[in-house]
Amino acid sequence: MGEWINTILQGLLLGGLYSLFATGLALSFGIMRMINIAHGDFAILAAFAAIAVVEPLGLDPFVVLLLIVPLMAGFGYVLQRIILNRTLGQDILPPLLVTFGMSIIIQNLLLVAFSADTRSLSVGELGIASVPLGGDVAVGVFPLIVMAVAVAVLGGLQWLFSATPLGRAFRAASDDREVAQLMGIDNRHIYGVAMAIAMGIVAIAGVFLAIRANINPTEGPARLLYAFEAVIIGGLGSLWGTLAGGVILGVAQTIGGKLDPGWGILAGHLAFLAVLVVKPNGLFPRTRER
Amino acid sequence: MSILETRNLTAFYGDFQALYGIDFRLEEGETVAVIGSNGAGKSTFLRTLTGLNAAASDSVVLAGQPIGGLPAHRIVGLGLALVPEGRRLFPSLTVEENLLVGAYSGRKGPWSLERLYKLFPILAERRHNPGTALSGGQQQMVAIGRALMSNPQVLLCDELSLGLAPIVIRDIYAALPGIKAEGCSVVVVEQDVSQAMNVADRLYCFQEGRVSLEGRPDDLTREQISLAYFGV
Ligand SMILES: Nc1ncnc2c1ncn2[C@@H]1O[C@H](COP(=O)(O)OP(=O)(O)OP(=O)(O)O)[C@@H](O)[C@H]1O
Ligand SMILES: [Mg+2]
Repeated sequence: MGEWINTILQGLLLGGLYSLFATGLALSFGIMRMINIAHGDFAILAAFAAIAVVEPLGLDPFVVLLLIVPLMAGFGYVLQRIILNRTLGQDILPPLLVTFGMSIIIQNLLLVAFSADTRSLSVGELGIASVPLGGDVAVGVFPLIVMAVAVAVLGGLQWLFSATPLGRAFRAASDDREVAQLMGIDNRHIYGVAMAIAMGIVAIAGVFLAIRANINPTEGPARLLYAFEAVIIGGLGSLWGTLAGGVILGVAQTIGGKLDPGWGILAGHLAFLAVLVVKPNGLFPRTRER
Repeated sequence: MSILETRNLTAFYGDFQALYGIDFRLEEGETVAVIGSNGAGKSTFLRTLTGLNAAASDSVVLAGQPIGGLPAHRIVGLGLALVPEGRRLFPSLTVEENLLVGAYSGRKGPWSLERLYKLFPILAERRHNPGTALSGGQQQMVAIGRALMSNPQVLLCDELSLGLAPIVIRDIYAALPGIKAEGCSVVVVEQDVSQAMNVADRLYCFQEGRVSLEGRPDDLTREQISLAYFGV
């Protein structure tokens, strides 16, 4: 019994990590109507960047986040302004193609720079520490931290969106690009800021992933797929939905993996399909007029 | 000096020319109406003034400053605001948020939420409703309010009366004097000619992208107007 409770708790907390991956994807879709195929690769890029800094300098991975997150955010802003904004329009294909190309470029650059070996980040004792919850039930401290960060990120975004002029501008630009300009909103800048936020969050996700597990330069697309599933399960455009989506995915994967070590990933995909069958628009779809 | 002036203004949609050399002026404190039939180019004219459509630099002059070709998000900060055709409120924003986003450009002036709620008291009651949950007339008030929140020198209104009942149209137009009292000059685009004649100090009639008639309502005859409006 306790074993199963542990499994489900692990899955729940894994949902925090998936949610961090999914949030940036949901943001760029929600605001720019853009699907970023390279989203997972950017996470892996951030993770390898962290590895490149942590190993020679002997820094703590959490400290390195303070460096990597702003760096990736700045990179995201510039990328959006210089390249991605030019791909946006009525046609959804150009951004897909361009980010698909980026995905391949990033993987190859990482392969050249870091070889195909798997790597990870160590946080020492913290990586294996756990909190006993009575009986033989316990949860890992690091997964708890990840979940707390995911909730904080979503809470922060909710506040940003509902209570600040920037958040209103995001929503206005997402509703009607043209009229947003009439309000004095520079869409190119707003999209840049949104991408900066998305990149900052996915950088956290990538670094956390590398702390949790071994990563290799080509696993971005797999990460993108989970992020996608979490977004769709949650309902396009719903921020907290991505957390629900991540949790469902995480629980399905850990339960599947417990039944048979080979079934974890498959169980996640099946859960995704099951939700789609029952609720094609996801659990918390945002209804729109247009 | 005119507050707003166009000189030989043209506009294109791809190869299609929608405006041919429009010369237009709006004096400070004036209300000018632009009338014309479907497809005459009235909306295109307002869109070009606000930067949504491209224009040559010196073809649009606002308070002595050439603004043609500036991006739309810069022009609103210089004091030119548009109430777009069909209102186009932001559906995911509440009434109050729609109004607040109107102030995004940060331009200073007389307008605030309080001042607007005085002008349109019903909006204060509905402030937390989604903008799109309101009646057509109330939505039009939000669209006007949203434009006023940028404290414009010139307010451009595209078919305020579109799809509204006569009594509602009267209520909307009743707000104009209060708006002008805050130092705003106004351009109204209307298909409803008698409405336009009522509020305007001067009017322009557009036909197929050209100015076909210009003058004071009192100086123009029915025949002149209907010739300029319909062509034949
Ligand atoms: N986005 C567009 N692409 C191509 N042509 C357009 C576009 N918008 C308008 N036009 C054309 O430009 C001309 C002027 O249109 P415009 O909308 O300015 O007319 P209008 O006077 O506002 O008409 P209405 O009274 O119906 O609003 C029309 O012939 C119209 O078909
Ligand atoms: Mg029109």
